Amino acid sequence: MSGKSTPASAGQNPSARGEASRDKWSSQTAFILAAVGSAVGLGNIWRFPGEAYDNGGGAFMIPYLIALITAGIPILFLDHAIGHRFRGSSPLALRRAARGGEAVGWWHVAVCFIIGLYYTVIIAWALSYFFFSFNLSYADDPGGFFSNEFLQAGEPGFSVDFVPGVLLPLAAIWLVTIVVLALGVSKGVEKLNVVAIPLLMVTFTALVVRALFLDGAADGLDALFSPDFAALADPAVWIAAYGQIFFSLSIAYGIMITYASYRKRRSNVTGPALVVAFSNSSFELLAGIGVFSTIGFLAAQQGVAVADVDGLTGITLSFVTFPAVIAQMPGGALFGALFFGSLLLAGLTSLVSVLQVVLSAIQEKFGLNPRRTALWICIPMALVSMVGFGTTTGLYLLDTLDQWSNQLGIVAGAFLMVVVVLWTGRRGQELARHLSAVSTMRVGRIWLATTSLVAVLLMYMFADKVITLVSEGYGGYPDWYIAVFGWGTLAFIVVAALVMPAIPWAQGKQDFEAWPTRAQLGLETAGHATGNAHSDRQGGVS
Amino acid sequence: MSADAIVLMVITLTVVWGGLIVAILALRARPEREDMPEGGNDDEADGQGAVHGGEHE
Repeated sequence: MSGKSTPASAGQNPSARGEASRDKWSSQTAFILAAVGSAVGLGNIWRFPGEAYDNGGGAFMIPYLIALITAGIPILFLDHAIGHRFRGSSPLALRRAARGGEAVGWWHVAVCFIIGLYYTVIIAWALSYFFFSFNLSYADDPGGFFSNEFLQAGEPGFSVDFVPGVLLPLAAIWLVTIVVLALGVSKGVEKLNVVAIPLLMVTFTALVVRALFLDGAADGLDALFSPDFAALADPAVWIAAYGQIFFSLSIAYGIMITYASYRKRRSNVTGPALVVAFSNSSFELLAGIGVFSTIGFLAAQQGVAVADVDGLTGITLSFVTFPAVIAQMPGGALFGALFFGSLLLAGLTSLVSVLQVVLSAIQEKFGLNPRRTALWICIPMALVSMVGFGTTTGLYLLDTLDQWSNQLGIVAGAFLMVVVVLWTGRRGQELARHLSAVSTMRVGRIWLATTSLVAVLLMYMFADKVITLVSEGYGGYPDWYIAVFGWGTLAFIVVAALVMPAIPWAQGKQDFEAWPTRAQLGLETAGHATGNAHSDRQGGVS
Repeated sequence: MSADAIVLMVITLTVVWGGLIVAILALRARPEREDMPEGGNDDEADGQGAVHGGEHE
C-alpha cells in the first residue's frame, strides 16, 4: 500500500476521515495554558523553595537562571521541535526522527506510566486535605495526623490493608482524570487547563499575598534570599540548580513532544515555548516567596530561627509543616483551603499531561480512538494505583517509585533522546532550521551546541545517582524492597523500551512527510536521512 | 531583610518575571511568522491521519 494514497483513501470513508483528522489545540493561547499546566506542578510548590534554601539561598538564583537559559529552554525547544515536526506521541515522533528513537519514546511512555500511578495519590491527599481545612482536622498534631490517622502508615513492605480515607478520594481523582482524557485533547485536556490554570494563578496569588502579611514573613524571605556565595564553588549546588530546572519544567520525558504534536503545522513554536518556560519559573519563584513567608511566620510563632525549622520540602512540607502553620494562623481554614486547592489544581493539570503521553502512544500504536484508549489504559492503571497506594504501605511505595522513575528514569530518558536525535541521528540542523522557519524567534548553532552538551551533564547526574543508590540504598528500606520496587521499576522501563518497538504499528507501512520539507529548509535531501528521513519507518517492522 | 537578600530577590524577580512579560508582549506583538514556507496546511496528511486511516483499510 502506498502511504501517499492513504489520506485520500481515508477520505473516501467518512468514519475513517473523522478519526483521521488529528486532534488540535483550538488556539495558541489554549496550547500555552495546557503546557503551563503541565510544567507547573507539585515540584514548583514544594521542591523549588527547599532546594533554593538548601543550596546557597539567594546565591542559588545565579546557577538557577543559568540552568534555565542553558538547559531548560534549549531542551524545551528540542521537545517542541521533535513533536511539532514529527507529529506524534513520543514513540512515533522519535521513530520518525531517528534510528532507535522508538525505543527511547517507549522509555518516556513507561516513565510516565509509573509517574501516573503515584502522582494521582498525592493529588488525592491534597483533595482530602482541602476538605480537612474547613474544620482543621489536622491542627492538633499535624505529623501524627498525617502518618497515623490519615495514611495509617504501617511498616515498609507490601500490605493489602486498605485505608478507605485514602482509597475513596483516589478513586474520585482517577474518575475525573479518566473523564478528562476520554474527552480528548481539545475537548478534555484543553478545557481543563483553560479553567484550572487561571484559577490556580488567582488562588495561589491570594495565598502568597496573605503570606506576605504574616508576622515573620520578612525573616523567612531573608532566609530564602540571603546569598551564600561560597556555595557557588560547590558542584553539587550547580547540579541541584540544573536538576530543579529539569524536573520542574516537564521536559525530555515525552510530555512536551506529545503536546507540541497537537499543534497546527503552521504554528509559532519558540515564542510560546519561551512563555511556558518563564511562566514555570515565575510560578516557582512566587511559590518560594509564599512558602518562606509562611515558614518565617512558623519560626516566629515557635520562637526559633528559620534555620531551625524542619520539613521544608516535599510531602512533609505540604502535609505536615503547612498544616502546622495553618493551625496557628488567624483565618487558617481559608489559607489551608487555598493551599491545598492550589496543590490540587497544579497537580491535576500535570497529571493529565503525564497520562496523555501514555494514551497518545497507545492510541497511535494500536489505532484506537481517544475514548477507548482512556478507558482501556486508565481503568487498569487506576486499579493498580488503588492496590499499591490505597493501603497502609502506599507512602513507601510512592517514595520508592518516585526516586527511581524521576532520578533515573527521567534523566536517562532525557540523555537518550539527545543522543539518539542529535548525536547519532544528526537531526540537529534540521530541527534548528525547522524552529527558525516557523517561529518568531530563530535558533542556531548556540542552541544546538548547548542542547547537545546538556546530555553530558545528564549522564553524570544519572551515574552519580546510580552509584549512590547502589552503595547507600534508599530511605532505610529493606534490600528486598529496593530490589523489587526500586530496581524493578527501572527494569520495567527498560523492558518496555525494548519490547514495544517489536510490536507492529496498527496501520502498517505509511509514508510521513515532514513540513517544511528538507528542501524548503535548505538541506540536502540526499545523505544519511534519505528515504527514511521522510518516511515513517514502521514498514521496517511490520 | 538584609540588603544583599533584597538585592538578590529584586534581581531574580526582575529577570524571571520581566522575562515572562517580555515573552508575552513579544508574542502579542507578533503571534505568528508571516513568511513561513509554502504548504503545511494539509493536516490530514500529517501522518497521524495516516495512522488512523490504515485501521479501516
